[in-house]
Amino acid sequence: MSESTVPQAKTNGWEPKIVAFCCNWCSYGGADSAGMGRFQQPASTRIIRVMCSGRIDPLHVFNAFLEGADAVLVTGCHIGDCHYVNGNDKTKIKYKYLESVVQQLGIEKERLQLNWISASEGEKFANFIRDVTEQIKKLGPSPLKPEGVV
Amino acid sequence: MGKVGAVAIIGAGIAGIQSALDLADGGFKVYLIDSKTTIGGRMAQLDKTFPTLDCAMCIVSPKLVEASRHPNIDLILYSDVTSVSGTEGNFKLKLLKKARYVEEDKCTGCGICVEKCPSKVPDEYNAGLSKRKAIYLAFPQAVPRVMTIDAAHCLYLTKEKCGVCKKVCAAGAVNYEQKDREIELDVGSIILATGFTPFDPLLLKQYKPTHPDVITSMQFERILSASGPTQGHVLRPSDGKAPKYIGFIQCIGSRNPHIGRSRCSSVCCMQAIKEAIIAREHDPNLDITIFNIDIRAFGKGFEEFYSRAKKEFGIKFITSRPPEVQVDSAGKMFVRYEDLNEGKIKNMPLDLVVLSVGLDPSPETKKLASMLGLDLDEFGNVTSLIDHPLETNAPGIHACGVVQGPKDIPDTVAQGSGAAAKASALLATERGTLIKEKIYPKEKAIPEQPRIGVMVCHCGINIGGVVNVPAVVEYAKTLPNVVHSEEAIYACSKDNQEKIITLIQEKNLNRFVVASCTPRTHEQLFQNTLKDAALNPYLFEFANIREHCSWVHMNEKEKATQKAKDIVRMGVAKSNLLAPLSTSKVPVTQTALVIGGGIAGMTCALDIANNGFPVFLVEKEEKLGGLLRHVTSLEDGRRSSDIITPLIRNVMSHPRIQVFTGTQLAELKGYVGNFEGTLDTKGTKHEIKFGVAVIATGANELVPSGYYNYGARNIITQLNLENALENGFEKPPENVVMIQCAGARVPERPYCSRTCCVEAVKNAIRIKKETKASVYVLYRDMRTYGVWEKLYREASSLGVVFLRYSEEKPPVVKDSTVTVHDLLIGDDIEIEADLIVLSAPMVAPASNVELAKLFKVPMDKNGFFLEAHAKLRPVEFATTGVLLCGTAQAPKLIDEGIAQASGAAAKACVLLSKVEMETDAMIAVVDEKLCIGCGTCVKVCPFNAPQLIEVEVNAEEVVYLAKKSRINPAMCKGCGSCAASCPTGAISPRGFTAPQIKAAVRAFSGIVEVPS
Ligand code: FES
Repeated sequence: MSESTVPQAKTNGWEPKIVAFCCNWCSYGGADSAGMGRFQQPASTRIIRVMCSGRIDPLHVFNAFLEGADAVLVTGCHIGDCHYVNGNDKTKIKYKYLESVVQQLGIEKERLQLNWISASEGEKFANFIRDVTEQIKKLGPSPLKPEGVV
Repeated sequence: MGKVGAVAIIGAGIAGIQSALDLADGGFKVYLIDSKTTIGGRMAQLDKTFPTLDCAMCIVSPKLVEASRHPNIDLILYSDVTSVSGTEGNFKLKLLKKARYVEEDKCTGCGICVEKCPSKVPDEYNAGLSKRKAIYLAFPQAVPRVMTIDAAHCLYLTKEKCGVCKKVCAAGAVNYEQKDREIELDVGSIILATGFTPFDPLLLKQYKPTHPDVITSMQFERILSASGPTQGHVLRPSDGKAPKYIGFIQCIGSRNPHIGRSRCSSVCCMQAIKEAIIAREHDPNLDITIFNIDIRAFGKGFEEFYSRAKKEFGIKFITSRPPEVQVDSAGKMFVRYEDLNEGKIKNMPLDLVVLSVGLDPSPETKKLASMLGLDLDEFGNVTSLIDHPLETNAPGIHACGVVQGPKDIPDTVAQGSGAAAKASALLATERGTLIKEKIYPKEKAIPEQPRIGVMVCHCGINIGGVVNVPAVVEYAKTLPNVVHSEEAIYACSKDNQEKIITLIQEKNLNRFVVASCTPRTHEQLFQNTLKDAALNPYLFEFANIREHCSWVHMNEKEKATQKAKDIVRMGVAKSNLLAPLSTSKVPVTQTALVIGGGIAGMTCALDIANNGFPVFLVEKEEKLGGLLRHVTSLEDGRRSSDIITPLIRNVMSHPRIQVFTGTQLAELKGYVGNFEGTLDTKGTKHEIKFGVAVIATGANELVPSGYYNYGARNIITQLNLENALENGFEKPPENVVMIQCAGARVPERPYCSRTCCVEAVKNAIRIKKETKASVYVLYRDMRTYGVWEKLYREASSLGVVFLRYSEEKPPVVKDSTVTVHDLLIGDDIEIEADLIVLSAPMVAPASNVELAKLFKVPMDKNGFFLEAHAKLRPVEFATTGVLLCGTAQAPKLIDEGIAQASGAAAKACVLLSKVEMETDAMIAVVDEKLCIGCGTCVKVCPFNAPQLIEVEVNAEEVVYLAKKSRINPAMCKGCGSCAASCPTGAISPRGFTAPQIKAAVRAFSGIVEVPS
């Protein structure tokens, strides 16, 4: 069912596939700044832009796991910096709930991560992607990954 | 006779363009005039901009397109002003429009003529490093995209031979018979923005400017550019080989009275650092040295950039000005310089020499000045006063940008906006009389079936150098509902906007995906293009394959290409589910709030009020005047009271300004156009309503505790000195030592405070003139930039002693003895001082934190407010309707703060000039059938947008009353928090609906679902 062209090698040279939800005003800007500063990072992550981290519905996160994401990153503005007053405070609450469900499902906790990254923190964004990618490489593919998806 | 609601802007560089856009957006007709064939000026020639290394073309290109598309802006290019008559409010301009020999309305810019033209000419855009044809387009993204025949080199026009361009032009645009033509314009005001021309190094033969490997900083800029003669590879012109040793020589044509150029050009140090960093990024093996007198890294973020150059990129800085470039018997170039560490004269062999050429006034400035009756100063700048930086001696004629004095891009942009505010204030009664509304074609109804177009951008080599663009184009064609996919060199260029429109029309597309850079800068451009194509702008989707892909996977071409395909797939998946969105209109409170009653806040308030809008001016102190109240003299020798007293008087007596002193903004709600605030004057509350807010809260002088024994009786700050000079010293000093950078450019405060060097020499001169004392200035780099270099010269000639110390060995103060390790002598010097003056930096007030919270606007690392864009949006926050100016943004001189204040006023007036504004289209809507009236959204929303209302539900046989949520479109900001909390999924934030996000997530693993 996949039309991805990545070879089916789950052992050596396996690259995790990660979904990052980013808010338009901060963490998406952070990813842009990483580009502007040419902060190199593993090509593991695909970004989904939302206006505010508060938009990230736990269902989107579960969906990403069900589609084969090896990790899902929830990112937004630093607390206090949300462009919509307090969207990220609400994100924090939803994230607690997400964490507990992910644990119950038996997924390693490294596969779900929360980070606040401002629009100027390009290097932080790149380092975050590098760190998560390393961690997930050690864990291997997600147990929820459907058959056939790499 | 009434005034004319139109403005002529002479010079279409970034200053002129910015003025034009602000005036046109504010309801004035604009004629944007340039002698060149295209708009964009010098900025369009740059590769990147300091200190953020933004790609210059990428950020300026949208502005070029916007200016050329604006219904209220007429571009009058390739034209010279021949005469001006009339007075303020009513000028008549005569222009001569040179023949392009190409009909502007027929030329499609296809470029076939260029391909076939046999005549080659040095290319000005590439600073003479490559050739163009006699028929040409100035540069690939040139606006307007119309060819021009260079009459001096055209074989047909010179010898009546050839004629090939006419033969191959299918559009019949070439016209050898075209004649120069006269144009007459009636305008109410004139803005002069004729910029600069790079200094011609031929005047300095000792630097061997004709040697092929001795190039100017402008030429090096082109070499570094992906669109330049070497496609961005650092190669030397003589043999096309990669150089190893590169030397920059600073101040070529600056700080040199022998050739009549004694001013500092302000930008060359940063330009050299920037070019050195980019060169190192291109080729990490390069060994780069910058020979300088001082490194003048004085702007926001510049000092930090300079330290990165040293620490991260290993760029060497040598404080020595080599007197010449020499070539040895083997033909190798070298320079001779003084090594201060070893106290020796040394030679350094170099493969490539870059001459950092200064900014000369452009040749047309002199002609225009005499035509317009404008005074020029000794450097050839249009004369202005510190308190009126944008006004000339001729009423109704304003000046902005480098024509007024050397400056960098953000200062130029601020001045461009500022000049617009001045012109519009003059013509305020004529606002809206000569303009047309931009009318977009009527949106066509779109069929159910998506038909998606994809354009994948090379961005020069920014994307194409890493990602296999043709492969991504081909891949996109395989995705569901994609009916067309193609590549573009620059998707954002004007010709590609036209291309997109044509594609949409010809292929009957109803969705469009551009895979290029970031929606944060370019989304609107493409959305407007869709509007031009009669499509709803929200049927556009961005795939960011530059910032998020090619730039961060530069060494992994295959993976980057795969990722680009994934990103495009996700974009296409979402675009399948896009729907047309519409906006609504809300009224605007046409009043401004200005916070801060210093020189910037007062200027801004006056400019807004003079434009016809009421202003609340709020100052937390009891008196207006801000930091300037503590300064007693100005750089030009006047008293500061000369400017502050009349300003306060004008503010206090203005019928449209209401001043609140001893007052703070305590509460704030609402949004652009509709803010509501509570002012607190020592417990008394005032409720106010306003449409825009300007933050002009200024800065304070650091109390330099902990530096150089500050606190001892004989140690004061520059502001204390100002006061003593005005009101008398306790005991007149005999030996004064000033220590620069006291608390600045140190790890705990890494920035340069920009103004202290000018302040110190100003005060040193005053001490010299008014007392008998000797004065020593201990400095790291003397940053008396721009025209204020003249104060540095004057101070030296009056006998002020300047001693350079290094970061590693700062001076030591013990009682009244200052010991400094002088770098020039290479030895310790002890100075007995009875007065030690610390040049302490400006620091951001702690209260900025509260204000930042109220307005939800960001601050930088140093506590100053952070503007929306370091280069092109210096006086705006990312949040619409909230602006900033003056030292609240960063330390700056008085005239710079005033220019910014006028700039912020222009931005405020653009918003206030409309009775109603359009709401966002991307707001949340409730599906009442799914809503269970639980009220979670009401609790979650910080903007009070959703409300529960009782509605009658008609369910099959039963009719009952139930609570349902409704979202006020004027209050909703589209964050989507409500949707993520709604238990039944009844709320959809438009543009980010659950099915759209789900589609992107599905496409992540490879599946593109098509809507049923
Ligand atoms: S806007 Fe970034 S978290 Fe809300």
